[in-house]
Amino acid sequence: MDTKNGDFNDDFTQEILEILENNSKYTEEQIAIMLNRSVDEVRAAIKTLEENNIIAGYKAVINWEKMPREAVTALIEVKVTPQRGRGFDKVAERIYRYPEVKACYLMSGGFDLTVIVECKTLKEVAFFVAEKLAPIESVVSTSTHFVLKIYKENGTVFEKKEEDSREAVVL
Amino acid sequence: MNMAAMISPLVKSVPPSGIRKYFDLINEMENVISLGVGEPDFVTPWNIRESGIYSLEKGHTHYTPNSGYFELRKEISNYIHRRFGIEYSPENEILVTVGGSEAIDLALRAIAGRGDEVIIPEPSFVAYKPCAIFTGATPVIIELRAEDQFRLTPGLLEKFITPNTKALVLPYPNNPTGAIMKKEDLLKIAEILKNKDIIVISDEIYAELTYDGEHVSIASLPGMKEKTVLINGFSKAFAMTGWRLGYACGHPELIGAMFKIHQYAIMCSPTMAQRAAIEALQNGDNEVKAMVREYNRRRRVMVDGFRKAGYDCFEPLGAFYVFPDIRNSGMNSEDFCEKLLFEERVLVVPGTAFGQCGEGFVRATYANSMENIIEAVKRIQRFAAKYNRTGF
Repeated sequence: MDTKNGDFNDDFTQEILEILENNSKYTEEQIAIMLNRSVDEVRAAIKTLEENNIIAGYKAVINWEKMPREAVTALIEVKVTPQRGRGFDKVAERIYRYPEVKACYLMSGGFDLTVIVECKTLKEVAFFVAEKLAPIESVVSTSTHFVLKIYKENGTVFEKKEEDSREAVVL
Repeated sequence: MNMAAMISPLVKSVPPSGIRKYFDLINEMENVISLGVGEPDFVTPWNIRESGIYSLEKGHTHYTPNSGYFELRKEISNYIHRRFGIEYSPENEILVTVGGSEAIDLALRAIAGRGDEVIIPEPSFVAYKPCAIFTGATPVIIELRAEDQFRLTPGLLEKFITPNTKALVLPYPNNPTGAIMKKEDLLKIAEILKNKDIIVISDEIYAELTYDGEHVSIASLPGMKEKTVLINGFSKAFAMTGWRLGYACGHPELIGAMFKIHQYAIMCSPTMAQRAAIEALQNGDNEVKAMVREYNRRRRVMVDGFRKAGYDCFEPLGAFYVFPDIRNSGMNSEDFCEKLLFEERVLVVPGTAFGQCGEGFVRATYANSMENIIEAVKRIQRFAAKYNRTGF
């Protein structure tokens, strides 16, 4: 089903998405007030968006670096041979189905897929690349880059929030 | 030397701002949500800040032409035409000032003096009246009414025009009420002014922040461009308050007179800010739209919050303020603000700060985060449940 065109392109839907993308904790009641609509309208719109997989999930943005959890993130550039009739989709699927793959994008330019994996150790990433990714038939080459520090993720900056530095009263 | 005796009587006649005590109070309190701040909570969009930084790197640290960079005046000219449909020549009809505030002061000084009357509708921004007084002119206050949605009505205006009236300050979208004047409202005002030699000082600093259709400038109405000085700036629309940059547009003769004062008193507006402002006008529209959408949502939450707390609140359609009627609390504006601050740690400003007719009202701004507004509204409702005389 193609829902890209038209169906959801009204201001009401756009604003619901804008609100939830920023903070998915707002209640339907709060969103209804923000948009001057009834709670039922908001509830129905959100339900439709969920059913159509436009809202594909609700997740917290977590700065894991602040937690005592060891993790290694790597960005892997992958060159592949597209398969007849299936293009890149089939090989992409074989890659993104691994749970350690956090993101997978088809790219223009010098390589084909960006694969972001997250493992507990560097060794595990090496194992993933050597034993799982590279052996896939149509994978021609891989180039692995390790993430050293995350500054910003999903539009959220991972540093101390700036304090409100305004004067308390301005007329 | 008796220093007090040395101070000009005009300056002495203006009382000090009554808001100082809140600064002292709030400094000793924690966990206060201030809805008393008349400026955007947004930080200036990054592309604009970046342009300011770049201009410093390039060494643009000198004076600019007195009336502002020509490139900036050209962008202002384009912008005013694009957004409000009025044409001003960047050559001699636009002056870049240090905030809208300087433009207000210049306009009043260029127009008014001893013996003149300046009509100022209230409640309104606190600078008009003192600036009028500093010129030696007499401010004539029109008290706006909640039942008119704080609009200036032709009936009210007509009552206060005399042969000495030199200027009318038209402060819409309005701080503190959030009122706007729609085209049909402005047409009535224009009709009254048609055959009169009265300059309109139209302070349109909140023009981008309207929530029911686009802002209409009185200068865009037939016959009004010539007798209007349009004042606007970057502070509210582009969240650039600290950059101190505004402008005035109007008749070359009047802009020329304002230029004269500006040239000697100010020299020119900050160079870095002017560079940043060019970027704002060239590539700022999307950010402005996003901010307006966010303000609009907060506005609805706050209006809804005050109404549910049992306070009448007409729907503000401009700026970022709500101006609820708090008489249901049984308190006057000052007491309400003080009690709300002490008991619930929410700071709002008494309506009386904006003119005597603001008694019975308070100003609360929604230029604050949605989280803070939701929390503030909760506290206000708890407060109302405790004190309100009727219904909750």
